[in-house]
Amino acid sequence: MEKRLFLKGNESLAMGAIKAGCRYYFGYPITPQNDIPEYFSRHMAQVEGCFIQAESEVASINMLLGAAAAGARAMTSSSSPGISLMQEGISYLAGSELPGVIVNVNRSGPGLGGISASQGDYFQATRGGGHGDYRTIVLAPHSVQEMHDLALLAFDLADKYRNPVVILADAVLGQMQETMVDRPYQPLPLPPKDWILTGACGRKPNLLKSLYLKEGEMEKHNWKLFAKYQRMKKEEVRYELALTEEAELVIAAYGTTARVSKTALRLARAAGMKVGLFRPLTLFPFPEEAMLRLSRGVKRFLAIEMNTGQMVEDVKLSVARDAEVFFYGHPPGSPPDPEELLEEIKKVY
Amino acid sequence: MQQVFKRPQSLKNVPFHFCPGCHHGLIHRLVGEAIDYFNLRERTIGVAGVGCSVFVYEYFDIDVAEAPHGRAPAVATGLKRVLPDRIIFTYQGDGDLASIGMSEIVHTANRGENITVIFVNNTVYGMTGGQMAPTTILGQQTTTSPYGRDFRQDGYPIRMAEMLATLEGTSFCVRVALNTPANLMKAKKAVRRAFEMQVNNMGFSFVELLSSCPTNWGMNSLKAHERVAKELIPYFPLGIFKERKATEEL
Repeated sequence: MEKRLFLKGNESLAMGAIKAGCRYYFGYPITPQNDIPEYFSRHMAQVEGCFIQAESEVASINMLLGAAAAGARAMTSSSSPGISLMQEGISYLAGSELPGVIVNVNRSGPGLGGISASQGDYFQATRGGGHGDYRTIVLAPHSVQEMHDLALLAFDLADKYRNPVVILADAVLGQMQETMVDRPYQPLPLPPKDWILTGACGRKPNLLKSLYLKEGEMEKHNWKLFAKYQRMKKEEVRYELALTEEAELVIAAYGTTARVSKTALRLARAAGMKVGLFRPLTLFPFPEEAMLRLSRGVKRFLAIEMNTGQMVEDVKLSVARDAEVFFYGHPPGSPPDPEELLEEIKKVY
Repeated sequence: MQQVFKRPQSLKNVPFHFCPGCHHGLIHRLVGEAIDYFNLRERTIGVAGVGCSVFVYEYFDIDVAEAPHGRAPAVATGLKRVLPDRIIFTYQGDGDLASIGMSEIVHTANRGENITVIFVNNTVYGMTGGQMAPTTILGQQTTTSPYGRDFRQDGYPIRMAEMLATLEGTSFCVRVALNTPANLMKAKKAVRRAFEMQVNNMGFSFVELLSSCPTNWGMNSLKAHERVAKELIPYFPLGIFKERKATEEL
């Protein structure tokens, strides 16, 4: 029988990371993700790994850069203000084509904001976040189980593409406890890491950099990165559809709002309304084609987010021209409850 | 005929791009000689700072990672934790290390990371065109202190070697200059000692090198050497500020 555990989302994610072979964690305290560094500080010693409480998020992400350059699986985690501080380093990771996993347990903002769950960092996560023309893969769990499962996947995708991968969770997903299945890790086939820095012994020196000054080099590098992002769009799109066949209205939501929407969906169905759910698991690459296909049948969409409207823009960009997209925003404080969403469904159904 | 002086193996056979009279070339050579001396070329990884320092990968025949501005000690920490048996050094200028990277250098030293830091202090931001640095001497004119650095507006030049020597985690901390043959020989010894500390797992080693930047100082190389003696050394005294003798002291 499968082993079942009762865990917090933050812990299940950290457990998954160690299972995926992450042996280097660098982080700095910030609520609501402190369970993650605390978990690593307890468990890294047992797997001969390394935990460093860095002096800042700026240092954390650059330690990750160094560990990734040496070929190790490494991660950091933080929450919104800390993730802002890491953007410089994430941009360098992308520019130097280095793998790494960055977990954002999204709290509210702008500024110091609050510690409640939010989806206010969607734009930052899906549009690169730092300077320059780059993207990170963004995974959006909606349960304690997925905090674990997507952590396993994140390390593989980071290595597959030599690119940073962001897990975009939120305070609810990090803090709530649920049962989860302790699944084994089955790694994807991955390319050899022949680019890492180990000392130039018996080979030419390896160089990891993002500076391109010679005429034409920068443009070439940007096109190379672009081709990688196109490949992600082709191969890595992940989403869940629930009750979308013959639906009159489809809710588009990810993370905690998708979770609440699932309950709202049941209430709506019980009230005789044909409502379905479209839930992206990858926010970048966004499931544009799946959305387009869906919108050839369904003509009404309701995007629900814990912000004032971010993912809804990707929904609008993806759907067929004759589809209508509505938006319900519930800015952070507490997550919306299912009855509240049911009322919104009724308004646009 | 016997060749008695040659390019260190750790340096590529390419001409330096540095300005005439700049000390970066000399410092590259000293680092290359130290790497060769301990036969470390094939297990050394350099971390380049931002500024004129970034080009270490053009000249060293070793693996190199480029760090964001000021973050080289954090990048070096990540590398060293994964590869404790490799030799990791950072190469950073004064803007990089003493201004934007102050936090990373202090905490890396304080953790006693077993790495070597080569700190090139020429009292200006070189690559960006000679702006005021945290080490700019009082009264020194730069493009952002056109009337001379004034402590009432800009604070005082920071003495990094002395500051880092106060940290328990620091094992070797020295300031040298390159303006005379005698000083150059002392600098060579200091750089070698810093790498030796790391080879022997003695912890954090730091070498500050007072360096000239004739272009941004607006003078020729000889005047720049004189300036190092007359203006820099009196404020930034040369010497060893800390040196652990044995690992038992760690």
